[in-house]
Amino acid sequence: MTEVHIIGAGETKFGELWDRSLRELAVEAGLRAIEDAGIYSRDIGILYGSNTLAGSLNWQNDIGSLLADFSGIASAGIPAIRVESSTSSGASAIREAYLAIRSGEYDVAMVGGVEKMTDIYGSEILDVVSTTLDREWESFFGGTAAAMAAITARKYMHDFNVEKEALAAFSVNDHANASKNPNAHYRSKITLETAMKSTKVAEPLNIMDCSPVSDGGAALILASDKFAKSVGKEGVVIKSSAISQDYLALHSRDSLYTINSTVRAGRTAFEKAGIKKSDISFMELHNSYSIYGLLEIEDLGFAEKGKASDFVMDDISLTSPLPINPSGGLKAKGNPMGATGVGQAVEAYLQMKGKAKERQIKEPKYGLIHSISGTGSTSVVHIIGGE
Amino acid sequence: MKVGELSSVWRESNHRYRLVAHKCGNCSTVYFPPRDICLKCHRESIGKMKEFELSGKGEIESFTVVHDVPPAFVRQRPYFLALIKLDEGPTVTAQIVDCEASELEIGKRVRAVFRRIREDGKSGVIEYGYKFVLQ
Repeated sequence: MTEVHIIGAGETKFGELWDRSLRELAVEAGLRAIEDAGIYSRDIGILYGSNTLAGSLNWQNDIGSLLADFSGIASAGIPAIRVESSTSSGASAIREAYLAIRSGEYDVAMVGGVEKMTDIYGSEILDVVSTTLDREWESFFGGTAAAMAAITARKYMHDFNVEKEALAAFSVNDHANASKNPNAHYRSKITLETAMKSTKVAEPLNIMDCSPVSDGGAALILASDKFAKSVGKEGVVIKSSAISQDYLALHSRDSLYTINSTVRAGRTAFEKAGIKKSDISFMELHNSYSIYGLLEIEDLGFAEKGKASDFVMDDISLTSPLPINPSGGLKAKGNPMGATGVGQAVEAYLQMKGKAKERQIKEPKYGLIHSISGTGSTSVVHIIGGE
Repeated sequence: MKVGELSSVWRESNHRYRLVAHKCGNCSTVYFPPRDICLKCHRESIGKMKEFELSGKGEIESFTVVHDVPPAFVRQRPYFLALIKLDEGPTVTAQIVDCEASELEIGKRVRAVFRRIREDGKSGVIEYGYKFVLQ
């Protein structure tokens, strides 16, 4: 069975991009990836378009066709499908593309993630983002994405005696890394004190615990052994891909602070890759809310339950033994939902290729990319690198 | 509120007004929100899920004070949202009302009351359902 190689990656700037449309962002990211891969659009076998909320944010569905059309591959008959699994859509699209190549059906698959979130004004965005929860039994009663994360955070802090500083520290690290990423939404460094004192969103979480509303696009070109060889392109291997599921609503889960889907996807990803935790050189984690960053460190097996705070307070910077979110993470690089997971992979690819410039991690061996839907209903884990 | 939600408000009224759960006729596990398939018995539970009215009593598993609120909740800002572990087993997401934030604590006993949940502007539909008060 063929390995799957990332042979090209590209992304737009993430942020409040008032002058850019959904389709422009998608095309810009896509062209960058194609250029980086050094291929032609006719080489693409299939396009997986990842998007979370365009139906509600932009009143646009059939995103697959939109992307195929405006990236100029529709006339060649190249198929394009939208992949939607809430906030993990990007990671799910990568996985679908991985499977398409792994199966032998296609030699080249493109993944294009995009989200245009700032076309909606004021607090209406909260209503739309809340559709990623259980509409009838969570958001109907006032549940928002931040509120559900806050409920988890309070219970976690209560049961394990964790101070709020540990959550804030995760965001401080994101901002420090994003200050070195020209594509990041926020390039400003923040202090622990600023993070602790910022505006309350849903207690105990404040605005510096929450990823922003971002626009952005990101794209990858994935290829088989055969194709990568034929174009003489040395990419980065996707060593393993895993996905798992849990209940949609937080109130149905066994635990408020163990993301079972992450535990399972992480375990499978390590088994399939045949590597140890100590082989991982850096991780891109899905910290839509700071608390999730801590839970994920634990659920992926890098700290005992309740102990991620020690790990985070110790050192997770670019020069630490295991840097977290070199890109700047969801908090500071930004969270354009459908593009987020693809953007994490773009960062991982740049790191593995030694192209991350100012934020380059020294000689990375393997990178782990992790994504969750909403409060953790779906988790997707990819491990990239190695031979 | 979107137009399509009108019928869902009516459809769910039994569950939202009186906390009517589903109980598996096979293993007696109680589900709220109601489910048509028991998570333990799977196909053995088909056609055996029966309506079961909850007492509405339980305790606070965790909570938050929500400051950044969707449009339909602006008049309630800030509100207290909690996960309530009900005595019959299920956990629900609901607001806690008629108290101060300082009175809220994990583990405190609460009971369900019937309240206005949200409203669609001045002339739109008003939706009702359960909220909880400290016992």
